[in-house]
Amino acid sequence: MGFLSVLIVLPLVGALILLFIPRQSERAIRYFALFVAFATFAVSAMLFASFRAAPEMQFVERVAWIPQFGISYYVGVDGLSILLVMLTTFLMIIAIGGSWVGITERVKEYHIFFLLLEAAMLGVFVSLDLFLFYVFWEFTLIPMAFLIGIWGHTRRVYAAIKFILFTMFGSTLMLVAILVLVFANRDVTGALTFALPELLETPVPLGLQPILFGAFALAFAIKVPMFPFHTWLPDAHVEAPTAGSVILAGVLLKMGTYGFVRFNLPLFPEASQQFAPLIIALALIGIIYGAIVSAVQRDIKSLVAFSSVSHLGFVMLGLFAFNAQGMSGGILQMINHGLSTGALFLLVGMLYERRHTRLIADFGGVAKVMPIYAAFLLIVMFSSVGLPGLNGFVGEFLILVGAFRANVWYAVFAATGVVLSAIYLLWMYQRVMNGPLTRDENKSLKDLSPREIALLVALVVFIVWIGVYPRTFLDPMMPSVTSLLTMLK
Amino acid sequence: MINSLWLIPALPLAGATINAIFSRKLPRWLVSVIACGAVGASFVVSLLAFFAMQSTDEHHRVFNVSLFTWIPVADFKVDVAFLLDPLSALMLLVVTGVGFLIHVYSIGYMDAERDDGYGHFFTYLNLFIFSMLMLVLGSNYLLMYVGWELVGLCSYLLISFWFHKPEAASAGKKAFITTRVGDFGFGLGVLLIFTTFGTLDFADIFAHAKLIDQSLITIITLLLFAGAVGKSAQIPLYVWLPDAMEGPTPVSALIHAATMVTAGVYMVARSHALFELSPFSSEVVAWTGALTAIYTATIALVQMDLKRVLAYSTISQLGYMFVAVGIGAYGAGIFHLMTHAFFKALLFLGAGSVMHAMNGIIDMRQLGGLRAKMPRTYITFLAAALAIAGFPFFAGFFSKDEILASAFATGHTAIWVIGLITAGLTAFYIFRAFFLTFHTEPRWTTDDRRPLTEDDSHRSSVNGHRSVHPHESPAVMTIPLAILAVLSVIGGFAGMPKVMGANFLEHYFEPVFKPHDLHLAASTEWMLIGASVAAGLLGIALAYWFYIARPTIPVTLARRFSGIYNLLWHKYWIDEIYSWLFVDKGYRLAMFLWQVLDVKIIDGAANGLGRATAALSRVTRSWQSGYARAYALMMLIATVIVLGWLILR
Repeated sequence: MGFLSVLIVLPLVGALILLFIPRQSERAIRYFALFVAFATFAVSAMLFASFRAAPEMQFVERVAWIPQFGISYYVGVDGLSILLVMLTTFLMIIAIGGSWVGITERVKEYHIFFLLLEAAMLGVFVSLDLFLFYVFWEFTLIPMAFLIGIWGHTRRVYAAIKFILFTMFGSTLMLVAILVLVFANRDVTGALTFALPELLETPVPLGLQPILFGAFALAFAIKVPMFPFHTWLPDAHVEAPTAGSVILAGVLLKMGTYGFVRFNLPLFPEASQQFAPLIIALALIGIIYGAIVSAVQRDIKSLVAFSSVSHLGFVMLGLFAFNAQGMSGGILQMINHGLSTGALFLLVGMLYERRHTRLIADFGGVAKVMPIYAAFLLIVMFSSVGLPGLNGFVGEFLILVGAFRANVWYAVFAATGVVLSAIYLLWMYQRVMNGPLTRDENKSLKDLSPREIALLVALVVFIVWIGVYPRTFLDPMMPSVTSLLTMLK
Repeated sequence: MINSLWLIPALPLAGATINAIFSRKLPRWLVSVIACGAVGASFVVSLLAFFAMQSTDEHHRVFNVSLFTWIPVADFKVDVAFLLDPLSALMLLVVTGVGFLIHVYSIGYMDAERDDGYGHFFTYLNLFIFSMLMLVLGSNYLLMYVGWELVGLCSYLLISFWFHKPEAASAGKKAFITTRVGDFGFGLGVLLIFTTFGTLDFADIFAHAKLIDQSLITIITLLLFAGAVGKSAQIPLYVWLPDAMEGPTPVSALIHAATMVTAGVYMVARSHALFELSPFSSEVVAWTGALTAIYTATIALVQMDLKRVLAYSTISQLGYMFVAVGIGAYGAGIFHLMTHAFFKALLFLGAGSVMHAMNGIIDMRQLGGLRAKMPRTYITFLAAALAIAGFPFFAGFFSKDEILASAFATGHTAIWVIGLITAGLTAFYIFRAFFLTFHTEPRWTTDDRRPLTEDDSHRSSVNGHRSVHPHESPAVMTIPLAILAVLSVIGGFAGMPKVMGANFLEHYFEPVFKPHDLHLAASTEWMLIGASVAAGLLGIALAYWFYIARPTIPVTLARRFSGIYNLLWHKYWIDEIYSWLFVDKGYRLAMFLWQVLDVKIIDGAANGLGRATAALSRVTRSWQSGYARAYALMMLIATVIVLGWLILR
C-alpha cells in the first residue's frame, strides 16, 4: 500500500477501532483519536518530505475498481494538492485537541465522525478518478452534517439541512456533468474512463465546455462559497461546534477552490478563459461585500464567517488571474486562510466555552483578565489582516500582483479589501478585548490552559513560518503551477 | 562591518522576542536592561557601520547586503536585502540614537506600570525599533512596505497601550486604519512599479527610471505619496496623529514625533530618482506639505492640551519636510527630519516629565509656574522650544532656514511665504505652551482641602485629583532630556548655510542626492535668514506679550473673534465630518447589505426555492397513495404517452 492509501486508511481504521472502545472511557477515546490524527499527520509530513518539486503526479496508485465503467481507485498528489493534504492532517490535530473539554456528549460518535471526515477530505484532495472524487466529495457531507446537527447550537438542524441542501444541489449537477464529460470522451476516443489524466489527453469539445464548466463551477462555487451562494456559510458556522467550524473553514471550503484548480481549469481551458471575467467579478464582489457585511455582525462567529467570504474571494481572484503569481498566491492563500481562520474559530470557541455567548456586546475589556488569549488573538487577527511577516501577507500580495497583471482594476478593487479587513477585525478586537471590564461575568474569566496554548502555538508557528520563509511551501508547488498555466495558454 | 548589517534590526527583534516570552518571569530591571541594551547595541553597530561607510571612497558609499530570497514566484523575486548608503545610515543613527534615549527615559516614566504592562511596553518599543530599521534598511520596495506596515502595527499596539481606556483603544484603531487608507495607495504603487520595471529593487528601478513614460512615473509617485500622506499624517489623513497622544508619552516622542511619522519623508527622499522625473508629483508633494504646515499650525495656536499642541506641531513640521522633498531639496528635508527628531522628542519627553510631576495632568489650564519646581525639565524644554522656533544657531534654525531658502531659490515664492508665516505661528504656539506651563501663576494647588476658585472646584470634580506635588523627574529621565537638549542646540551645525561656513551635510548625501546648490547671492541668503529669524522672534515676542505681559489679551481676542476661535478650537470640525461621512454612512450601508441583500433577498430566494420544492412535493406526494390501482392507471397513461410518441415520431 502506498503513502496515499495509508493516509486515507489510517483514519478509517482509527474510526473502526474507536467503535470497539467502550463509550464510558472518554479519555481513551480522546487520546486514541488524537493519536490517529498525529499518526496521519506524521505520514503526510513524510509524504511532504519525499515530495519532489516536479510537475507530474507523485505517489500514484491505481487499482481497477469497476472496470466495466472505466472506474478505478486512482490517487496521486502534485504541487497543487500536497499542501492541502498537509493542511488537512494538521488541522485535524487542532480540531481533536480543540474538542478536549468542549465536547462532553456522545464523545465516541463525535470522534468517529471526525476521523471519517478526515479520510473523506484526504480522498477528495488525492483522487485522480472523477468518480472516486465524487464519492469522497459527497462522503464529506455526511459526517459534517452530523457534526453540525448533533453537536451544534440552538438552530443546528436548520443549519445542517441548509448545508446539505446547498452543497447537494451543486454536486448533483456536477455528477451529471461528470457523466456527460466521460461519455463525450468515449465518443471521441472509444474508451470509457473516469481517470482525470486520461480525460485531459483529449480536449473537451468547445461546444460542450461552457455548460460543463458551468456545472462544475456551480458545485465548487457553492462550496467556496462565492457570492451570492454564500448564505449557508454563516448559519453553518454559527451553529457548528468549534472544531466543526475549524475544519469547515479550514478544509471543506478549500475543496471548492481546489475543485476549480484541479478540474475546471485544466479540463475546460477555453471556457475558463471565457468565464474568467464573471468569476473574477463575483470574487471581487465577495471580497468587498464579505468585508463590509462582516463589520456589522453581532456574533463573532458570523463575523469570521463573512470574513471567509472575503478571503476566499481573494483566492478565486488569484486562481483566475491566470499567471504564476496569482495562481501560486491563490493556492498559498488557501493554506493561509485555513490556518488563520481555523485559529480564529478556535479562539472564538475558547471564549464561548468560558462564557457561553459569542455576542460581541457581551464582552469588553477581556484582555485585562486573559492577557495570553489577547496576545494570540492579536497575532491571528493580524495574520488575517495581512500584516507582513505573517502568512496572510505573502498570499495576498502575490494575488494582488497576479490580479494587477491581469487587469489593473481587479487589483484596485481587491486592495480595498485590505483596508476593510483591518476595519472589521480591529473593531471587533476593540469591542471584545479592549475598553473597561464592565460585566461581572467577564471578570472571572480564566486565561488559556496549557493545552489551549499548545494548540495555538502550533498554529502560530506555521503562521510565522509562511510569513518569513514562504519558500518551504511555494517552491514545491511551482512546477505544477507552471504546467497548469501552460495548459491554459 | 558592512556584512554585519543584519545585526542592526536583529538586535531589537531579539530583545522584543525575549521580553515577549519571558518578561513575566524576569525582574523589572532585567526587562529594561534587555530592551535598552538591544537598542543601545544596535546604535553602536549603526555607528560602526556609519564609520565603515565613511571610510570608503565617497563615490562608492552604497552597500547592498542580501540575506536570502524571500518570495520567488516566476519572474517575481524579492530578496531580504539591506541597503546602506548615506541616507539610510543617517536614518539608522537617528532611529537607534533617539530611540535609545527614549528607551532609557521610559524606565523612569513607566515605573508606575504594573508588572505585565512594563514588559509589554518594552517589547513593543523594541519591536517598533526593529520595524523602523527594516523600513530604513530595506533595499527594495516590498521590504520597505514590510517595515512600513510593522511600524503601523507597533503604533497600534503602543497607542492603545492603556487599552482599558476606550479613548486609547479607539485611537489605536483609528491610527492603524487611517494609515492603511494611505497604504492602499502605496501598495498599488508598489504593484505598478513591479509591472513597469519588472523588479522592486531600488537600484534597478532608479537606474531605469529615465526610460519610462513620464505619465506613468507621475502615477507611481502619486500612489507612493498617498502612503506617505497616511503615515506622515498630512492633509487629508492627518486625523489619527493628534489622537495618538492617548498612548504613553514616550510613545508620542518616539514614534509620533521623532521617527515613525518621518517614514513618509524618508520614502519620498529614497524615491527621489522617481519624483525628480515628475514635476507634477513633486509639486503636489510640496503643496501638500505647505498647506498642512500652515493649517495645523493654526490649530495648534488655541489648543489647551500640551501634548495636543505638540501633536499638531509635529504635523506642521512634517509639512516643512515635504515642502523640502517636494521642491527637490532632499538633503534639507532629511536635515530637518534629523533636527526635528532631536527637538520634538525633547519637547514630548519634557511634556512627559511634566505629566509625571503633575499626576498625569497635561491641560495647560491646570499647569503654570513649574519653572521653579522642575528646573531641568524647564531648561531643556526651553532649548527645544528655541530650536523649533528657529532661534538663531539652534538646530531648527539651520534646517528650517535651508528649506525656506530652497523654496525661495527654486521660485516657490508662495510656498516660501506660507513657510515664513508658519514659522511665526510655530514660534508663537510653542512659546505660548512654554509660558503657560512653566511661567505664569500656578493653576494647581498642593493643598488638599482648598480649591483655588469656584471654577477650579468644578474642574476638580472632573479630574478627581486637584492637589498635586510637582517635583523634578528622576535622573533616568532628565539625562536623556539633557542629551537631547545638547543635540537640539548644536545639531544644526552639521548643515550650516554656505554663507556661514562649511556644510557637512551638503556633500555627505552626495552618492544619493546631487548637492543642492541654491545659486543665491550672499546678500539674498542673508536677507532670507533675516526674514525667518524675524518671523521666529516676532512669534516669541507675541507669545510673551499675550501670556506674560498682558494675559487678558487672548481672552479678549477669543471673545471678539469667537467664530474663528471656535473653528480652530474644534479643529475645523474635520473629525466630526469624517465620522459622519465614513463611520455613520458606512455603518448604514453595511447594515443595509446584510439585513436586506443578504438576509431578505439572497437567503429569501434560497428559502423560497425550498418552500416551492416543499409545495411541489406535497402535490406529488399525493400520487404515492399506495393503491395498486392508482399506480396501474399511471403506468397505463405513461405507456400510452411513450407509445404514442414512438409511433408519431
